[in-house]
Amino acid sequence: MSAVATYTLRLGDDALVAAQRLAGWISRAPELEEDLALANIALDLLGQARSLLTYAGSFDGRSEDDLAYLRDEREFCNVQFVELPNGDFGMTIARMLFFSAYQYLLYDRLSGSADPTLAAVAARAVKEVAYHRDHAVQWTLRLGDGTDESHVRMQAALEACWPYTAELFESDALTREVAAAGVGVDPGTFSPQWASFVDGILKEATLTVPVLPARVTGGRRGIHTEHMGYLLAEMQYLRRSYPEDTEW
Amino acid sequence: MVTAEEVRELVAAVPDPEIPVLTIGDLGVLRTVDVGDSGRVEVTITPTYTGCPAMEAIRADIETSLRRHGIDDVSVRTVLAPAWTTDWMSESGRRKLAEFGIAPPAHPARPALGPAPGPAQGPGPGRVPVPVELAVRCPRCGSFDTLVVSRWGSTACKAQYRCTACLEPFDYFRVH
Ligand SMILES: [Zn+2]
Repeated sequence: MSAVATYTLRLGDDALVAAQRLAGWISRAPELEEDLALANIALDLLGQARSLLTYAGSFDGRSEDDLAYLRDEREFCNVQFVELPNGDFGMTIARMLFFSAYQYLLYDRLSGSADPTLAAVAARAVKEVAYHRDHAVQWTLRLGDGTDESHVRMQAALEACWPYTAELFESDALTREVAAAGVGVDPGTFSPQWASFVDGILKEATLTVPVLPARVTGGRRGIHTEHMGYLLAEMQYLRRSYPEDTEW
Repeated sequence: MVTAEEVRELVAAVPDPEIPVLTIGDLGVLRTVDVGDSGRVEVTITPTYTGCPAMEAIRADIETSLRRHGIDDVSVRTVLAPAWTTDWMSESGRRKLAEFGIAPPAHPARPALGPAPGPAQGPGPGRVPVPVELAVRCPRCGSFDTLVVSRWGSTACKAQYRCTACLEPFDYFRVH
């Protein structure tokens, strides 16, 4: 695959797997309004994934469905961060805070890409992600600066997610190549902005920025956590069982 | 042979599947209509949201409507750029929304999100993004005394509000 195709696939897989995880909250959120919120955020992410996978597949004649449903675990190149189980509500909010802050900075820069398709997807998506980030920030403030119980659980959630965030900002030969061509963004270049944003929010929420070592990474190379196989089994089961009858 | 203007009028009149009081012309998702030399019609539309599930229905409705008028050779393309914003909604669309009981977008969309927060202007308490949907007018009694109930409503493009004057809940087509 070309560098642009692989780069696009990475972003598409992040959005797809994050959407699948969030969709797991449907009918299980703490209140109806939150059920709608999480479902709609999942829908936005799924929309981003569809555009990105469609574009990635266009380089070698694969459809968005081929890419979503017919690849095996080792062929997915999302970061491990997005595949972690939902945990409690605090864990989901912590992940949404970290992930939407990351996606916001990424798409904001990518909207200036020399690749017109990536630029268009990013320009549309950054507005959606701004609203997701806003939502995660409001909840982080409420839970962090809420009751003793909500504070403890929010802090625990931050610490559970934190070791996986380093992977979001990993640079490699591919990100450097697409960044040099003005087509993609090297995520390492905006990690200081991310850290400063997260820092400000956590302080205001009376929470503490975790000091924990990064976990072993590898999602971009197809190495995933033990949770990924279960996620794919659920997501891909129907299409693989009834290959003739299902088209999404 | 039909002209592009005639076809555009037909396409613009197709109702939005989620908010049927609006046409896709009102909503501003119809970008262009071209008629080729062979009579082939090419319509381009743009989604209100990347994942807007109504796009498939809109595409099918456009094809059905044109077929009913004897136009069979139709292709409907979806384009993402320039991104749709609520500013594309027509004045008559805003009026129809309010009459239907949905508060229309309360102010123009932010032109662009501008530079992402960097260290120089980094986040402090003053930079925490707070919802900017201030002063939404109740479509029933006209009061501005309204509260957000939920930041998302029955669809991704709406939020749920409640009027503290007449006490009725209502949908708000939020600015985006
Ligand atoms: Zn009222």
